[in-house]
Amino acid sequence: MFEKLQERLNGVFDKLTRRGALSEADVDEAMREVRVALLEADVALPVVKDFVAKVREGAVGERVVKSVTPGQMVVKLVHDELVKTLSAGEGVEPGLDLNAPAPVPILMVGLQGSGKTTTTAKIAKRLFEQRGKRVLMASLDVRRPAAQQQLAILGEQVGVKTLPIVLGETPVAIAKRAIQMGRLEGFDVVLLDTAGRLAIDEELMSEVAEVHAAAKPHETLLVADAMTGQDAVNVAKAFKERVNVTGIALTRVDGDARGGAALSMRAITGCPIKLIGVGEKMDALEDFHADRISSRILGMGDIVSLVEKAIETTEAEEAERLAKKMQKGEFDMNDLAGQLKQLQKMGGLASIAGMLPGLGKMQKQLEGRVDDKVIRRSLAIISSMTPKERRNPDLIKASRKNRIAKGCGMQVQDVNKLLKQHLEMARMMKQVSKLGQKGLMRSGMAGLMKGGAGGMGGPPPFGGRR
Amino acid sequence: MTLETSETEKRGWFQRLKAGLTRTSTKITGSITGIFTKKKLDRALLEELEEALIAADMGPATAARLTEALAKDRFDKEITEQEVREVFATEIANILKPVAQPLVLSDREPHVVLVIGVNGSGKTTTIGKLAQNYKRAGKNVMLAAGDTFRAAAVEQLKIWGERAGVKVVAREAGADAAGLAYDALAAAKAEGADLLLIDTAGRLQNKTDLMAELQKIIRVIRKLDPEAPHSTLLVLDATTGQNAHSQVEIFKAMCDVTGLVITKLDGSAKGGVLVALAEKFKLPVHAVGVGETADDLRPFDAEVFAKDLMDV
Ligand SMILES: Nc1nc2c(ncn2[C@@H]2O[C@H](COP(=O)(O)OP(=O)(O)O)[C@@H](O)[C@H]2O)c(=O)[nH]1
Ligand SMILES: Nc1nc2c(ncn2[C@@H]2O[C@H](COP(=O)(O)OP(=O)(O)O)[C@@H](O)[C@H]2O)c(=O)[nH]1
Ligand SMILES: [Mg+2]
Ligand SMILES: [Mg+2]
Repeated sequence: MFEKLQERLNGVFDKLTRRGALSEADVDEAMREVRVALLEADVALPVVKDFVAKVREGAVGERVVKSVTPGQMVVKLVHDELVKTLSAGEGVEPGLDLNAPAPVPILMVGLQGSGKTTTTAKIAKRLFEQRGKRVLMASLDVRRPAAQQQLAILGEQVGVKTLPIVLGETPVAIAKRAIQMGRLEGFDVVLLDTAGRLAIDEELMSEVAEVHAAAKPHETLLVADAMTGQDAVNVAKAFKERVNVTGIALTRVDGDARGGAALSMRAITGCPIKLIGVGEKMDALEDFHADRISSRILGMGDIVSLVEKAIETTEAEEAERLAKKMQKGEFDMNDLAGQLKQLQKMGGLASIAGMLPGLGKMQKQLEGRVDDKVIRRSLAIISSMTPKERRNPDLIKASRKNRIAKGCGMQVQDVNKLLKQHLEMARMMKQVSKLGQKGLMRSGMAGLMKGGAGGMGGPPPFGGRR
Repeated sequence: MTLETSETEKRGWFQRLKAGLTRTSTKITGSITGIFTKKKLDRALLEELEEALIAADMGPATAARLTEALAKDRFDKEITEQEVREVFATEIANILKPVAQPLVLSDREPHVVLVIGVNGSGKTTTIGKLAQNYKRAGKNVMLAAGDTFRAAAVEQLKIWGERAGVKVVAREAGADAAGLAYDALAAAKAEGADLLLIDTAGRLQNKTDLMAELQKIIRVIRKLDPEAPHSTLLVLDATTGQNAHSQVEIFKAMCDVTGLVITKLDGSAKGGVLVALAEKFKLPVHAVGVGETADDLRPFDAEVFAKDLMDV
């Protein structure tokens, strides 16, 4: 079945390469195949629909890189969005958050057989060996035969203490006793393993909600099988609602499942995927990498790397071209637009400044001042110009300014501001090219920033408060 | 793009998704009234049904094919949604009926059943359930604790054995599973048992070495009975999505699976992948698991399954 899908995809993607922007038709055609690919990978239908709609919206009008077909370009955009969606977001530490007074309670929840007990022991081993934590484990599973014993044996294997088993105790009572022991005996972390339960089993769901209320866990991990199908949405939704899941542990990633449940659960809970299980052994636990899972879910890694290569080549050519223009002292609106788009992708001026040596202070100044909105507005103004105006901004006088402002729904003064900024930048470009630092030119705006910092002293272009 | 922007965007997307989900459930309630009103079978309704099939894990290809085939003569006719769903359910039941076959025991002494599948799918529990059922039916049943790998797997099976009142042959953890199976079959033969159920450790089908271990178990018990195992049951978890294809394909190729058991059908997962599996592999489906106690094993009923799938 998978092969057939690939064949069909090739049908779409073998079409002639074409320059220019992605049309609605291009995007729709490719997205139909992407939708199927995501569903084959077990991404849940409502999540697929939203994801496809979101990518579609952003993809129409995107430039198609040279020597790449529109379909391939869409796949690359889909891949990027997948990575973005699956990532925890900048600044979020990977792994477990233990930032709370000891003993930090961590609750493990999920369906039957998803891998909770195994993952609990793996985490305990990791916290103990890698972060030097004193860990206590307790099994609240009074349902599955020998479940408590299973955790006790694993505890011995990994050298982590488990709460002594008292027969006939309720899960809530076990949780309380575990935390009490954690407190009295100076443990750093208390891991609470629970019985598996179905999302629609009201009795068991309210039991785990009670445990949650009693233990007040700092982290609640939903342990889910990478092979999970469409039901992932129901599971994620139910557990998120009842026990406020804070993270996901995806197990059996060592299998050959495409793992679409990762996207479903990430989307439904809004929680990061914190850990992945990659085997039955106690050290088979890894940090989550959004890019790897993304390639796996989409199953179009070849296309993605092909497009990435093409982008690299194009960017190098672009830099070369720009450098030549700068030497001649030319820097038109098209170049400005190109640089702005580059900036958008790279994450703002502040981060670029941070990448350059000796600009730490400037980065501070820039922080919070560069606004994606400003860049977008500038781009809108430029796109409202005629090709001729873009190539030769000197043409833009009063009546043209009026037309441009109307075209993008902005004021003439906005157009003026942009023109002034363009002039300043063109001037800076000349300065830089006079210095003849080819290396700097290659890095485009980033290089420019360095020249600007020395040459102007004032606020840089496109810095502005939102 | 600044961090803040991307964060708001992301949140916006989650919010939209949430709204979408609420919409879906309102739609379901809304369609309960709409369900009995006759209207033309149009694209929109068909798309809805196709989506219901996809959401039940049928897989996009099978869902599309079935929808097209079923719509063929009915397109543009006046029909209620309820009627369409019933037609769909009947057709799906027809696909599944040929595979709805109970597990039949031979008169071998013992009839050997090897139970295999991926980790956590419900092998041990299913064995516990089968043991109790056959014991109640008056059979002399024995169990072999062939999962010598997972912590407390032996203890788990022993508890099931106690519950059912049947003998469990076990060795210490870490022992050779094939050797244990051999011992168990020898013991069952000596006792003249009717049925020997052999539990195995869970394994993912892409692990060649672990799959080879299964083949070794089969090779070794054949020294005692060249026809053993008389049944090889693959236990599938209904929560599993399209990976079930790979599971059936590889386990069947490696171990000659003779039948399937679908577990955890008491949950919200519908197990729709079974429809495609039935068409492709034609393996009998013997039973379904609908809970965690010994009584929660049912014969596979194609009609009930299909009706659940179509929500009728
Ligand atoms: N291959 C593989 N098996 C796993 C992984 N995590 C858990 N398992 C296995 O899955 C089965 C069920 O795990 P268990 O922890 O008992 O699940 P629980 O019922 O949720 O507590 C066991 O056989 C584990 O060895 C994983 O990441 N990879
Ligand atoms: N709700 C439900 N749970 C089940 C069913 N079958 C097995 N389980 C549970 O799934 C988990 C794993 O089952 P187990 O038999 O240990 O799986 P194995 O690793 O394949 O032997 C246990 O918690 C069982 O109680 C079923 O039909 N319904
Ligand atoms: Mg467990
Ligand atoms: Mg087992």
